[in-house]
Amino acid sequence: MNENILIIDDEVQIRRLLEITLSASGYKISEAATGKEGMTMAATRQPALIILDLGLPDADGLDILRKLREWYEKPILILSVRNSEEDIIKALDNGANDYLTKPFRTGELLARIRVAIRQSQGNSDNPILVFGSLIIDLANHTARKNNELIKLTSTEFSLLALLAKNEGRVLTHQYILKEVWGMGYVEQTQYLRVFIAQLRKKVEDEPTKPRLLNTESGIGYRFGY
Amino acid sequence: MDFTDDNRPNPDELLASLINEEEKSKRGKLKIFFGMCAGVGKTYTMLQTAQAEKLKGNEIIIGYVETHNRKETAELVKGFELIPRKTYDYKSTPVQEMDLDAIIARKPQIVLVDELAHTNAPGSRHAKRYQDVQEILENGINVYTSLNVQHLESRSETVAQITGIIIRETLPDEIFENADEVELVDLTPDELLQRLSEGKVYAPERSKLAIENFFRKGNITALREMALRIVADRVDKQLHDYMQLKRIKGPWKSGLHLLVAISYTQQSTKLLRWAKNLSYSMGASIQAIYVETMHDLTSKEREQLDKNITLAGQLGIKFRIITNSDVVKAIVDFAQKENVTHIIVGKPRAINVLSMLRLGNFVNRLIRYSGNIDVYILGSDSETKDKYKEKVSIPSFTSNFQQYLTVSLFVILASVVCYLIKDYAGYQVVSFGLLILVSILALFYGTGPILLAAALSALIWDYFFIPPQFTLHIGKPEDMLMLIMFFIIALLNGILTSRVRPQEKKIRVREERTHALYQLTRELTMISGIDEVSKIAIKYIQKYFNLDCAIILKNDSNQLDNQLNQDTKIKLSENELSIASWVYKHSAKAGKYTDTLPSTDYTFYPLTGNNDNMGVIAVEHGTVFTQGEEQFWEAFLSQISSKYEREFLRNTAKKAFILNESDKLYKTLFNSISHELRIPVATIIGAADTLLSQSYPEETKLKLYSEINTASIRLNQLIENLLNMSRLESGRITPRLDWCDINDLANKVVDNLKQELLPFRLYIVIPASMPLVQIDFGLIEQVLHNLVLNATQNAPVGTSIRLKFFHDNGFLTVQVMDRGAGFPNDDLQMVFNKFYRGKDAKAGGTGLGLSIVKGFIEAHNGTVIAENRQNGGAIFTIKIPVKSINHLETTK
Repeated sequence: MNENILIIDDEVQIRRLLEITLSASGYKISEAATGKEGMTMAATRQPALIILDLGLPDADGLDILRKLREWYEKPILILSVRNSEEDIIKALDNGANDYLTKPFRTGELLARIRVAIRQSQGNSDNPILVFGSLIIDLANHTARKNNELIKLTSTEFSLLALLAKNEGRVLTHQYILKEVWGMGYVEQTQYLRVFIAQLRKKVEDEPTKPRLLNTESGIGYRFGY
Repeated sequence: MDFTDDNRPNPDELLASLINEEEKSKRGKLKIFFGMCAGVGKTYTMLQTAQAEKLKGNEIIIGYVETHNRKETAELVKGFELIPRKTYDYKSTPVQEMDLDAIIARKPQIVLVDELAHTNAPGSRHAKRYQDVQEILENGINVYTSLNVQHLESRSETVAQITGIIIRETLPDEIFENADEVELVDLTPDELLQRLSEGKVYAPERSKLAIENFFRKGNITALREMALRIVADRVDKQLHDYMQLKRIKGPWKSGLHLLVAISYTQQSTKLLRWAKNLSYSMGASIQAIYVETMHDLTSKEREQLDKNITLAGQLGIKFRIITNSDVVKAIVDFAQKENVTHIIVGKPRAINVLSMLRLGNFVNRLIRYSGNIDVYILGSDSETKDKYKEKVSIPSFTSNFQQYLTVSLFVILASVVCYLIKDYAGYQVVSFGLLILVSILALFYGTGPILLAAALSALIWDYFFIPPQFTLHIGKPEDMLMLIMFFIIALLNGILTSRVRPQEKKIRVREERTHALYQLTRELTMISGIDEVSKIAIKYIQKYFNLDCAIILKNDSNQLDNQLNQDTKIKLSENELSIASWVYKHSAKAGKYTDTLPSTDYTFYPLTGNNDNMGVIAVEHGTVFTQGEEQFWEAFLSQISSKYEREFLRNTAKKAFILNESDKLYKTLFNSISHELRIPVATIIGAADTLLSQSYPEETKLKLYSEINTASIRLNQLIENLLNMSRLESGRITPRLDWCDINDLANKVVDNLKQELLPFRLYIVIPASMPLVQIDFGLIEQVLHNLVLNATQNAPVGTSIRLKFFHDNGFLTVQVMDRGAGFPNDDLQMVFNKFYRGKDAKAGGTGLGLSIVKGFIEAHNGTVIAENRQNGGAIFTIKIPVKSINHLETTK
């Protein structure tokens, strides 16, 4: 704990709310009101996570995101009023780890921050991932539910593994398609739909109320946290 | 019996004089310094008057003043602002002219412009300076100008007769008549001659020449008398106008209406001038007519007729063309209809015995039929006599040689046939055969060939058929009689028939034109849209005038757009576009074949509607229009213009309607939004305030927190809806179609509304065979969210809500059903309207949800309808055309 979080947002009220909420949860807070100030503070304070607004007075948030991503490897969480799918996908494609639209629930924000920080610190070397009754063995390419081996095709397993490894993080359709099927398939969302539907039947307790494989409307999927 | 003789002002005239006054008040005032000839001191007096006005504080500048190097005059020019003259290159000699645009741009109170009758250098905007002055006046600038009596159109001929000098620079009388003020600058002939000899007018050597030629005392006296008389007439007329305006009873000279009947001869120019003078001194109104008969005009006659008509216009005489084969009847009918009191005609000239009879008849008939209308018959003078004779070549005899030959051949051929059958039919029957032939020929040939045919067939009949054969001698007296009768009948038949033909031709042309106009009007009424009008207009002008044209229309701010219609071949230069805008501004034609800006390839006509100009049409003429064509053309343009006007009006009305609607919408929005915004904000402020001011038990605090939470969610929902609405209205919703699993979609919607759905029984029906479909996941999710939310708000707790999907024939159908109260039947059409709220709707809705549903579905090219269910409740049915793909196909 006591990780440093940098907030880059020009709205005082939002900064104050975040400061109160995050401090109460034990984070140390740095604040910047402009993109330029934010860049400097990101370099000097070395925060464990950056919360970035897209609508900044001096620069486009997306530019700041790109510039930060040139050297900053820790998670960046976008917190913006822009809620169109295009904006969200663009931000995720440009290296944002997560995206939350204002107004947001502080509970959700805290959860996303926790996941992001844990992921950036956690050693992804561990080949066994456990999510309640679901255990995924990355080394042996197997998955078990309630201790029973689930029959998965190799594509289904790759898809499940990719999402699980990025637990809590939104993966865009294009990203998933590229990683699992390859570059030539990024437009073939129909594959993704079918495989997700099949996977849900195999791994979810209630396939109609998915808890692990969550749909982010028009953007992609997020593995449950 | 003529009611205008009554001693009361005619209401029409009164109105006209009032309108005149009103129009004039917007225009600048024209003051003319009027003199009998050069050297009387017009410019000098004008400058003196200007000096006096300047002392009174009026802003006066000099637009153009010619001092003729006279010292006193040059002295007076000093102290005035001078607009620099503009230089034109005329045949490589620089010519200086008044700078019209500079004057208008400068916009002084009064501008001095010398020599009103001046002719401008080629390349100037207007051919004549008085046209420049008209434009200055239209811009609200007052003008002082100078004018000599010999330059008045109606007097120029008389002046030419008196002095022997032909006057080229003339001015329409109308300009003089409409001047607001005329100041006579007068000198006695002796004084003038003295000034001349003192060298005050011209340099000494020129003075001498001038005195010998123009400034002879007799001349000067005559000119002076003329000038004085004109001014006196003007004063009379002013008095009359004044009395009319102030309803002063008096000797109403007016009520006199003159009608001049002109022809296509040069004599008519004299007739027109004379009549104009007469109308002056009688204080009568005047108009002119030309009666178009079956007589085919030669090109020279047509040219003269056009000149006569133009002159009438210049003299300010209203002009009409009437078609009638009977000139006398046409004149009298027209005169009676127009309450004419005096008819003026030229004395017809007889060329031969026959025409003398006919013409005598003309005069007699005119006098007989005209009843109580006075008839003036004006003699023709010797000068015009020869020209007249030359013009009246008998056109009907001009049939060419080939026609005579053909006719003869026909007669001979027929005679041969008749000769072969004469033994069976008898020689008398033959005469009928030949008679029929002549009649038939008359349908196709002119009078000359028919005369020949008649004579030839009479001869042939006599020589070859009437016994004794092969002699011209006739045996029986009845045969003699028959021959004479034959000849007369053949002749009459031929002549009568050939007289019918030109008239028929004229009627045919007229019919064609009427038909063309009818067609145009009909086609114009059937279409709508400005571009369509242009298309039709161009098509018809091409068809009936064989002319290429370009149409330039006004824009919304009533300015001429520099945008030509799309499919024109014509390209207009910057300069030509400025001619177009001049035409648009002044509602007068300009360009080639006109007096204004003639140095271009195109003629520009205004498209004048009832109230306003709609634009300008540019035409590339090969030849100038004849009078008849011009009338036809104007009728054409007027149809097109009024259609444009209707279209423009319709557009304006549409805009006004939209504006009105959006105003209404704005009010509804304002009312609804202000209410919907305030309630949650009030809750938040109230709760927060309570929490801040006092310490409450934990339980109460929790309740308040929860209130703040609910209010915030409600506020957020409202903002979401408003944003979606504005996205829809700005037309920026384009669905991003992507493959979508319907199960996923349904689950997502239900998941988001799980709190709201808790008190209901929810049924989701999705067939196992449901394929993947291409829709915008986000938009449809929002649609279903709104519909299900709507159901939860309207249905009683504990009832069931159904969400049913199926795919069929390329359509995805979604139904959302509840067991609420449903809608009043009258409202079913309106539920998707913005701000529609059911009568018993719970608080917390804006009436936007369903209109967003409709907008998003329509963005998918789909439909949504609302109905009432049979056993109560509402059912929404969405139908969207979709591409689909089966799960199985995908996994392969």
